Amino acid sequence: MLTLQFIPNTEIANLDQESKLRKLISLIKSDRILVLEGGLSSYEEMQLIERTMEQINKEFRGIEICTVSSEKRKTEFSTKIKEAILKAFGYKSGLTIIGPASIVKEIRRDPTKIELFAVNKRPRKK
Amino acid sequence: MPNPFKDFFDFLTRLFLNKKHIKIGLYGPTNSGKSTLANRITKDWLGEEMSSVSRIPHETREIIQKEKITVQHNGKKLTFNLVDTPGIATKIDYEDFLKYKLSVKEARERAKEATKGVIESIKWLDSMDCVIVVLDSTINPYSQVNITIIGNLAARKIPVLIAANKIDLKKSDLKKVEAAFPQYKSVGISAEYGHNMDDFYKMLFKVVK
Repeated sequence: MLTLQFIPNTEIANLDQESKLRKLISLIKSDRILVLEGGLSSYEEMQLIERTMEQINKEFRGIEICTVSSEKRKTEFSTKIKEAILKAFGYKSGLTIIGPASIVKEIRRDPTKIELFAVNKRPRKK
Repeated sequence: MPNPFKDFFDFLTRLFLNKKHIKIGLYGPTNSGKSTLANRITKDWLGEEMSSVSRIPHETREIIQKEKITVQHNGKKLTFNLVDTPGIATKIDYEDFLKYKLSVKEARERAKEATKGVIESIKWLDSMDCVIVVLDSTINPYSQVNITIIGNLAARKIPVLIAANKIDLKKSDLKKVEAAFPQYKSVGISAEYGHNMDDFYKMLFKVVK
């Protein structure tokens, strides 16, 4: 059974970098697919890759990750103003999906859609 | 976390002090042809290869550096240290290597070394003056690894050239690579056969200078 966990921005926004990474890795290692409101920055993603690489073993084989971000998006001036106001109130656009590689086979993205393919674990016939 | 003071200091260093020995890194996902391109560059300008290549992923598991490569183009010279880095991946499963007829022991050892290689690549990112992101132009460029690498380079204000490799293959789609990262200069090449290397060096001069 797949477990999908939504993490609102308010739950991780006030955590320092280290605590945030520790929390995410712990949840991923408990076989959950995480949907993070607000998404991770490129820097945080790189840190997460580095930290998960340190922990790879027979059971844990890494992660699949995909971020949909508004960073560097070309937007109109009025949209930028709206985003700045929302940001001031703690709202962050974008989201990140992360799952353990043992469960998430692939997260495929093209500019218009994201598809998550889970590993098909059928019970073996005796 | 990217530090604006360090960025400014690095910019000044690049500008005034260290221009003759800049460090150019080859970054990208696994099997995109980073080592093949490294060999092509060193063969073109030094007459020798610097890295071993293989169809098995994670062949480069340690940083390999070749110092003082001087490239010439249109009467201009550019001297740099070339750094070939292990491919960046988000997952490493030793069982994937078994498909390439490695023994379980060899596959486990390769996987262990590969994880260290990814960590090393990430750690070296800060010391680069310019990065050539090598992408396999036959594969969908919208992968998170590509986006994360390029996002980190942008945050660090490191100049980027995208080398869309393997243009000799039928499935190659240079336009898709260009469309995925329109804010960066891209050049289609075949590192294996040396196709379009003149344009590559021309672009490299533009990005570095």
